[in-house]
Amino acid sequence: MNRSITHEQYLQKLKRQKQLIRLTQWLLCIFFFFLWEIAARKKWIDPFIFSSPYRILQTLITMIKNKTLFMHIGITLWETIIGFTLGTLLGTGIAILLWVSPFLSKVFEPYLVILNSLPKTALAPILIVWLGNNMTSIIVTALSISVIVTIMTVLNGFLEVEEEKIKLIRTFGGTKKHVFSKVVLPASVPTIINALKVNIGLCLVGVIIGEFLVSKAGLGYLIVYGSQIFKLDWVMMSILILGIVAALLYQSIVWIEKRFLKWRE
Amino acid sequence: MTPIVELKHVSMNYHTLKAETKAIENLSLSVHPGEFISIVGPSGCGKSTLLSLIAGLLQPTSGEISLHGKSSNNNDCTVGYMLQKDHLFEWRTILNNVYLGLEIQNKLTEENKKYAEDLLDLYGLKDFKNYLPSQLSGGMRQRVALIRTLAVKPEILLLDEPFSALDYQTRLSVSDEIGMIIKNENKTAILVTHDISEAISMADRVVVLTQRPATVKTIFPIILSIDHRTPLKSREAPEFRHYFQAIWKELNVDE
Repeated sequence: MNRSITHEQYLQKLKRQKQLIRLTQWLLCIFFFFLWEIAARKKWIDPFIFSSPYRILQTLITMIKNKTLFMHIGITLWETIIGFTLGTLLGTGIAILLWVSPFLSKVFEPYLVILNSLPKTALAPILIVWLGNNMTSIIVTALSISVIVTIMTVLNGFLEVEEEKIKLIRTFGGTKKHVFSKVVLPASVPTIINALKVNIGLCLVGVIIGEFLVSKAGLGYLIVYGSQIFKLDWVMMSILILGIVAALLYQSIVWIEKRFLKWRE
Repeated sequence: MTPIVELKHVSMNYHTLKAETKAIENLSLSVHPGEFISIVGPSGCGKSTLLSLIAGLLQPTSGEISLHGKSSNNNDCTVGYMLQKDHLFEWRTILNNVYLGLEIQNKLTEENKKYAEDLLDLYGLKDFKNYLPSQLSGGMRQRVALIRTLAVKPEILLLDEPFSALDYQTRLSVSDEIGMIIKNENKTAILVTHDISEAISMADRVVVLTQRPATVKTIFPIILSIDHRTPLKSREAPEFRHYFQAIWKELNVDE
């Protein structure tokens, strides 16, 4: 392909700008950890309660060596994925049901609004009493946080589909089933994926809260147990890992979005 | 000749919380096979409602609508409906958009698929089958929308201001193309429009409706002294201007 010089310059400029942003991001990250380390070594902050990157690294190596780290990450990840999958399926299922029956949708509207505003974390202690001191309560806590948002977002997506597109299906003699499968569902895929993005974060919140309250393993357990026995190295490490896990989970949804929504580019 | 579409004393009322609105009152009209009818009327007079009634999407409050002499709700497959916007589905390729009606009516046979594909080939969309709608121009998209309607082999085409979303220049050429396609395929067509020139240029008869509640006011048979009539050529006919004046007057009389 033939590119003119000015176009080449324009592309170069864009590329340089992108590189500059990346570089600044990395520098900021390195600077933060560097400052933290210095502050801890110079005793500007108390490393016993603030920990330090070096101490975190040591903890990390020990826990990788005695194989406990991956067990904790694995448990948190597993609970999140189960909660997320159930929340999405259940939420979308209920949204479909409410779309099919406007009567039910109207009946449940006030309940959904209240449940949506209610801080679901308040339910966690009850769930533990009901379901016991185990993984099920943690997953159900995560589920309770994500399912209501899913129902509301997905249902709104369904209802936003253009009336005329539905009329088009009707003009071909299509039934409600056709309206759903040919227009409403495919047109709502972007909305559903946006709901997934919100959900994955919410599920992680639910899982960590659940682990705070009941568990014997997982990153949430490490955080809460570490703070109780003043092992702040554990706490800080777990939070850093949690950040990485959250980012990776979010990226996997972005990856799914790219695969399924080629037509939107 | 028996009419293909017949409306006898049709009335239609709308109910809303505030009131009952009469959209159509005592409207009678017959359309013959192969005929192209344009319907014009003041805006909001119930033109689109009329098409929805003929398509069987709505049931009249009173009166009778028959297609081929049969009541409209038990032979719904012979009517094709074209909407204002093309409403091509962005997530489907052009070819899959064209298959939509066939899928819904469970008629996705090899034979019907080939028919739909042949229509795309015939009307200049051969190279665009695997494109997405967003890659096509407005005029091409509207042509695809027509082919999507034709793919289910309707006998009667209902066109609900199908060119109003296009800019003027595209509109002229697309109405010309679509007029020719409809003539080629030998379909009966009913076009609803608010554009008088468009109505005359495409139609064998122009039906003028009254203000709401709508009923037939006047019917103008359009006879133009030109050979090989196409929508664009029609506009050059000497009689065109006279029809325009007459219809314009008819529309404005009751204001």
